[in-house]
Amino acid sequence: MTVRASDYPPPFAAAEFVGEPTDPADERIDVGVLIVGAGPAGLACAIRLGQLLEQHPEVAERLGDVPVALLEKGKQPGSHLLSGAVVNPRALRKLGFRMEDLPSYGPVHNESVYVLTGRNALRIPPPPTMRNHGNWVFSLSRLGRWLGERAEEGGTTILPETTAERLLVAHGRLVGVRTGDKGRGRDAEPLGNYEPGADLVAKVTVLAEGTQGHLTGVALDHFGLRGDEPQVWELGVKEVWKVPRKLDRVIHTMGWPLRTAAKYREFGGSFIYPMGDDMLTIGMVVGLDYRDVELSAHDLLQELKTHPKIRKLLEGGERVAWGAKTIPSGGFHSLPTRLHAPGLLLCGDGVGLVNIARLKGVHYAIESGRLAAESAFASLQRGATPATALGSYDDAIRSSFIYDDLREVRDMRQVFGRGFFVGGALASAMTVSKGRLAPGKLRAEPDADQPLLRTDRGSRYPGPDGILTFDKLSSVFLSGNKTRDDQPNHIRIERRVPRDVADLWINMCPAQVYELGTEGGDGTVTVQLAPSNCVQCGAITAKGGRLTPPEGGSGPEYTNT
Amino acid sequence: MKIAVCVKHVPEGHGRIDPASKRLDRSGEGALNHFDANAVEEALRIKGDGDGEVVVVSMGPEKAADSLRKALAMGADRAVLVSDAALAGSDLVATSKVLAGALASEEADLVLFGQQASDADGAVLWAAVAERLRRPVVSQAAEVTVTGDTVRVKRQTEFGYDVIETRLPAVVAVSDAINEPRYPSLKGIMGAKKKPFETLTLADTGVDAADAGEAGSKTEVLALGSPPARGDSRKIEGDANAPQAIVDFLAEKRLV
Amino acid sequence: MSTLVFLEHHGGELQKGSLGVLAKAASLGDADAVLVGGGVSALATEAGTYGAKTVHVADDASLDPPLPQARVDVIAKVVADGGYDTVLFANSVLAADIAAGLAARLDAGLNWDLVDITSDFVGKRPALQDSVLVDVGWKSTPRLGLFRAGSFDAAPAGGGAPQVVLAAVELEEHSRAATIVDQQLEEASGPSIEDADVIVAGGRGLGAPENFTLAEELARALGGAVGATRAVVDAGWYPYSAQIGQTGKTVSPKLYVALGISGAIQHKVGMQSSSVIVAINKDANAPIFEFSDLGVVGDVHEIVPKLTELVNQRKSS
Repeated sequence: MTVRASDYPPPFAAAEFVGEPTDPADERIDVGVLIVGAGPAGLACAIRLGQLLEQHPEVAERLGDVPVALLEKGKQPGSHLLSGAVVNPRALRKLGFRMEDLPSYGPVHNESVYVLTGRNALRIPPPPTMRNHGNWVFSLSRLGRWLGERAEEGGTTILPETTAERLLVAHGRLVGVRTGDKGRGRDAEPLGNYEPGADLVAKVTVLAEGTQGHLTGVALDHFGLRGDEPQVWELGVKEVWKVPRKLDRVIHTMGWPLRTAAKYREFGGSFIYPMGDDMLTIGMVVGLDYRDVELSAHDLLQELKTHPKIRKLLEGGERVAWGAKTIPSGGFHSLPTRLHAPGLLLCGDGVGLVNIARLKGVHYAIESGRLAAESAFASLQRGATPATALGSYDDAIRSSFIYDDLREVRDMRQVFGRGFFVGGALASAMTVSKGRLAPGKLRAEPDADQPLLRTDRGSRYPGPDGILTFDKLSSVFLSGNKTRDDQPNHIRIERRVPRDVADLWINMCPAQVYELGTEGGDGTVTVQLAPSNCVQCGAITAKGGRLTPPEGGSGPEYTNT
Repeated sequence: MKIAVCVKHVPEGHGRIDPASKRLDRSGEGALNHFDANAVEEALRIKGDGDGEVVVVSMGPEKAADSLRKALAMGADRAVLVSDAALAGSDLVATSKVLAGALASEEADLVLFGQQASDADGAVLWAAVAERLRRPVVSQAAEVTVTGDTVRVKRQTEFGYDVIETRLPAVVAVSDAINEPRYPSLKGIMGAKKKPFETLTLADTGVDAADAGEAGSKTEVLALGSPPARGDSRKIEGDANAPQAIVDFLAEKRLV
Repeated sequence: MSTLVFLEHHGGELQKGSLGVLAKAASLGDADAVLVGGGVSALATEAGTYGAKTVHVADDASLDPPLPQARVDVIAKVVADGGYDTVLFANSVLAADIAAGLAARLDAGLNWDLVDITSDFVGKRPALQDSVLVDVGWKSTPRLGLFRAGSFDAAPAGGGAPQVVLAAVELEEHSRAATIVDQQLEEASGPSIEDADVIVAGGRGLGAPENFTLAEELARALGGAVGATRAVVDAGWYPYSAQIGQTGKTVSPKLYVALGISGAIQHKVGMQSSSVIVAINKDANAPIFEFSDLGVVGDVHEIVPKLTELVNQRKSS
């Protein structure tokens, strides 16, 4: 009997997170433009708005005491940001920044692409889609912190440790968000320092929540913006290492430890990027349409590090950071039908502006944030409030390089499934691997619809040695996660599921949130949760559950991921 | 009634010691010392809805302003930051002089401290500051009640509780059991930016440069080392006499 | 070198912690002591047994309440008159306040949280959750040192009767302002986790919530408190107030007994500075065995009841 995670949907309905403002009018907080998410998209939006409002003080005046407010659920901008990252500088330059002012690890000098087997690394020439000349290496978390400072200098009020929990909709129009409560206990009971959330009302709301954005998902449902093709995701897990020998190139790999047989649907690869003279970052990315319940992205990364060529890069070094996050990879075909609704603009990873073939999304996020700012500003300047006032945003996106790039690689997926090696790369790889790397068929199903299978994959992951390889709890510790335990569980899943689904989640989660509970006797088991381990990567939402934001300030505290 | 609260901005996450200066590396992210949040909360409770004033005072680098703003967001009325390059490397003696200098002009009725700093550098500061201000000091306060010009404190000790009364002005250090610090409300966070924030230099406190920073410190860090290894660790496996072996081990260590 | 040690007393007895510091000071050279309170003169002789050559006594009913500032006044005068260059304390709520007040009064350097001191006045101080040991020094005299509780054993040095000197009691106005209006001594219901010298902690290896009685009985036998890991608190087996670890309490008792605890880093950072760690777990590969002083691979359900019985037997014999 084929088991699918989607047969056991979570107790979740978008309507639960939509409502009218409930605070008395004089207690609502009024801001001009509200941005949710201090990631590259949200920060670019804030920075651009700051520039425009400075040039047009008459518009700024009309926006009241707080012209631009930016909500961030992490402790500060950067705490929840994680990426490779090799960034295309064009969008940053459009914001007016010079590369030498930004906190980067320098431009990409060399790069290599390898196909790995268990023992060897076969070099193949970087295909045109993978060439990174002209791009720069960043820690997205560090960049976020820096951009946060620029946004504040430009007049944005950043509100950290604050979640946006529900959409405030009145007369069919988005009028703001309600922030999350703080100080609730495990059973949602108010504790001694209980602080209820507040209604934050704005003229324009920009949702820039990143991958699996909570209100973004709610908004796509509520305003009927979903396209025909579902979104799909990859799960990326990465580490930052201090190393004695400088890495002189950007490296991408494919093949081992992922399996090439089509039935496993294991698409993805790894990246190793230098971070200055004495650090590097290494990560593993795997499509969440995989089927083996024993697959663990966390442990695949540990296994990857044991490869003789990779082990050498890390020898004598020390792991200093770890983190995980999903990446939307449906590309052009999975975009929503529109990126705006009355009072609402949608940016960045939350709506899938990612070119998985090139493994790039940061500059699209920044550009979309910048365009959202311009559109919001234009409508505020005109004093326009009709439903179509923000339509200029969609037009701008369609004429931008974001759209051109995503459209260019839209059919790669047909031939190559997912994973970030396309065109020449895969052709060379196919030659080198003697055809074992076969293209996958066009994927139209949601990740959670994949029929599950079980192998003994788990027996081949390396045990933790505390020097090169580590266990999940040590990794969670290194993400800086010290979430308060005594709060309500923020993860929605069906708790009583077949063993296969339970094992799927247990192995999938890089932070060991899910555990086997008691057996039901009818082939089902109860799934137990340790929600305070959660690093909010979003994988569960792709694979049959639903992540909602925990109390503001919870989760990882990334600094250099 | 004016209540001054001394707070500290401490490094977050895994502390590390900078091998060059042999002091705690404070260059990374920092936050309001969570023990001081208890003190801010207590000050706010004592003020209640009355027309007193809660002033938060800190000595630290410029980014200590973040912690002061968090206290303002919780509800404190005013912030004072003493920040000066000359203050780097201040030990207890130097720090207590500077804080006392900044507090002297405030003439607060009550000065509150948190019971220790998570970076262990600020512990015991309250008694030194009280001595310089020539005020009575009570520490480990699990309960504080102000009535008129008297303050009554329930102090936790190793032996139980003492209930101590003293006249104001006084210095009190609160334990973390005293309260649960409130979360700043959104309005509080946004309003914090508009509250008065003063930055003082060393000169403004009336303390001489020779008495502050490394120059004014009477203690120093000489070297870093690893702690003695745990010693030989023993492992017993599959031993029917394990309970007796454990008792013998404990007896050897004089723990039973 | 002339060292003065502050001796703390309670309930008519000298505290072991400060006697330990006295014994240490006496091992490094000449050491004197100071005793302040009401009706304390009788304790002076005992101070001699632990190595004090001279004991300064300030004995007055008004000094009976254990408040710090009057003691600062007394000790400051003793130091000035006696020309002491070093003053040492064993940490306690009272001693910490006295040491810091005295530092301000004398403008003297205070190093605290020390675990040792060398004969040439280098103090040893753990830092960063006891993962580093720092050498600290004093740039001037008098040097004030505050030692972590239990740093030294109070072993009688076999000294004879000390010279007893009456210390002057001249109190500042602010030192007389505080009064104790009530005192409540703790019943012997067991120490709190934070203060306990012994903690017995239970983890998932206990198997079921009712098995926490194993931990409770052992704790009672050892005179300690009961702790719990995050996993069992999450599962509702024990209250959050007992949780030890990164998101719970951090403790450093003299003895930590871990029952059925795997030793994940989130737990480790909450108890790794315990002086002695004993772990019982049936998984031989549990990480806790990497940092315990005595690791026992076995079944807690078999081992702990017998262990408790043996400890109780020892106590009564």
